[in-house]
Amino acid sequence: MDATTLQTIANQRRADAVTMIHRANTGHTGGSMSSLDILTTLYYAVLSVRPQEPHWPERDRFLLSKGHSVEGYLAVLADRGFFPKAELATFSMAGSRLIGHPNNQTPGVEVCTGALGHGLSVGVGMAIAAKRLQKSYRTFVLMGDGEQAEGSVWEAAMAGANYQLDNLYAIIDRNGLQISGATEDVMALEDFADKWRAFGWDVAEAAGNDPQALLTYFQTPRPAGKPHCLIARTIKGKGLPFAENRKDWHHKVPSAEQLLEAYAALGVKGVDWA
Amino acid sequence: MKTEAARMAFTRTLLTLAREDQTIFATATDSRGSVTLNEFADALPAQFVECGIAEQNAIGIAAGLANAGIRPFVCGPACFFSMRSAEQVKVDIAYSHMNVKVIGVSGGVSYGALGMSHHATQDIALFRATPGLEIFIPADGPQTVALTKYLAKSSEPAYVRMGRGAVPNVYEESAPFAPGKANKLREGSDAAIIACGEMVYHALKAAQALAEEGIAVSVYDMHTLRPLDEAAILEAAETGFVVTVEEHNIHGGLGGAVAEVLSQEKPTRMRILGLPDAKHFTGNSAEVFAHYGLTAEGIAQAVRKGR
Repeated sequence: MDATTLQTIANQRRADAVTMIHRANTGHTGGSMSSLDILTTLYYAVLSVRPQEPHWPERDRFLLSKGHSVEGYLAVLADRGFFPKAELATFSMAGSRLIGHPNNQTPGVEVCTGALGHGLSVGVGMAIAAKRLQKSYRTFVLMGDGEQAEGSVWEAAMAGANYQLDNLYAIIDRNGLQISGATEDVMALEDFADKWRAFGWDVAEAAGNDPQALLTYFQTPRPAGKPHCLIARTIKGKGLPFAENRKDWHHKVPSAEQLLEAYAALGVKGVDWA
Repeated sequence: MKTEAARMAFTRTLLTLAREDQTIFATATDSRGSVTLNEFADALPAQFVECGIAEQNAIGIAAGLANAGIRPFVCGPACFFSMRSAEQVKVDIAYSHMNVKVIGVSGGVSYGALGMSHHATQDIALFRATPGLEIFIPADGPQTVALTKYLAKSSEPAYVRMGRGAVPNVYEESAPFAPGKANKLREGSDAAIIACGEMVYHALKAAQALAEEGIAVSVYDMHTLRPLDEAAILEAAETGFVVTVEEHNIHGGLGGAVAEVLSQEKPTRMRILGLPDAKHFTGNSAEVFAHYGLTAEGIAQAVRKGR
């Protein structure tokens, strides 16, 4: 799949996500928007998965460690056919399995996430399992940049390097903002790439809202013997003129007018399930 | 009398099972010595994962291993797994329903004079309020062997708390074990003692002493805290007075579990013996037990006073 098509799909999924948030009157708009080009590139061009057979043993594993970006993730899973798209209308409604953080009652979701700093450890376990069981699947973990303050991330980083897990990818949605403000004001991360290098990882940076840059990264062989870290530079609220780079849109809900403004900016007419 | 540490019965059994089943893994947190996993690590390196001193990471790694069909036993001190990594146990294992067995060794006050940082006396309360985990406290070596065999077959997430030192055998080798079904070890109609873990032995000793005084006491081994054997608790209440004994804080453990059942289903006079809501007395575990009356005599005294 080419980058232009991925861009179109990512914007359709953005429309799905903002519609879910608007209808539910709850959700994490900013992080879902920043993550969607990464999610789209992975699920439509990189991951080897079978939506009709979600537990296929050879599947590539994906973990949304920044579980609050669930709206974009669910929109992608539904569009890929893991569950009926109409179910997106139940997001955060009473009794729904589609809730505000990934829940593994949902086909395609491996483990429940949402408590930050958990995903990479689980990913390390998946990657060790692949090595020990001689399986060729790869494991991808998407984390937030604010999440990097959790100490358990660095426990997992040490283990990933210790076990030379070159079948493991940690992707960081580096949008630079967390709920209280800029990451560098709340708990400074820089020099962030050097931190990951110092922990023994193969580190790269890419434009995280550019499917072409992401495709190039994932299609290029990476060094063997080390786990891989991609710092994906993104814009929080990407695609929504009223939300881009604004910390208050971390979990703000778009109004009916803003929903229409979002559709116009994204170049979509609306969604096909609501 | 034969004695054995539960952790040694566990690792011996796990190694035997793992030689036959390559999906059985053990993980350690720089704890292979304290758990007695050295032989496992040397014999089956492909089924052993060292996680370093990082309990949170160890639990997450185990969840990832389980996702691929591996049956991990995460082993380390109970005090750290039940607190430091409590959130990973809750989310990655219990809530996600991953087939991981969390094996907390040196639980209760096993670490004695190392102090409260190393005591695990809140673990049952914490995990009883964490849906999705089976909870076991074996009484001795033979029961630990049977429990380990059950765990290796089961697909349910579980937390097991074992002590550190050798404890007298309550059971014969190959005594039957049914998860969720308390063992009635002694029959008596004057009172009932419900105990778990090492306290089962002391409860039996107390019952023996009381029998010599003409007081007939039932003794139950409540080795499974979830699922809880409510029928056994209601049966114990038929005696009119129930004493619970545990190596755990008096809040939220076995005593709390029994009280929840009886207060709602069959109000019965009770006495809850355990560790107080205070900083622990300093000493080895036997000295701590003696200080708080967690001994045959202390239990017998509670029965005499209460009935």
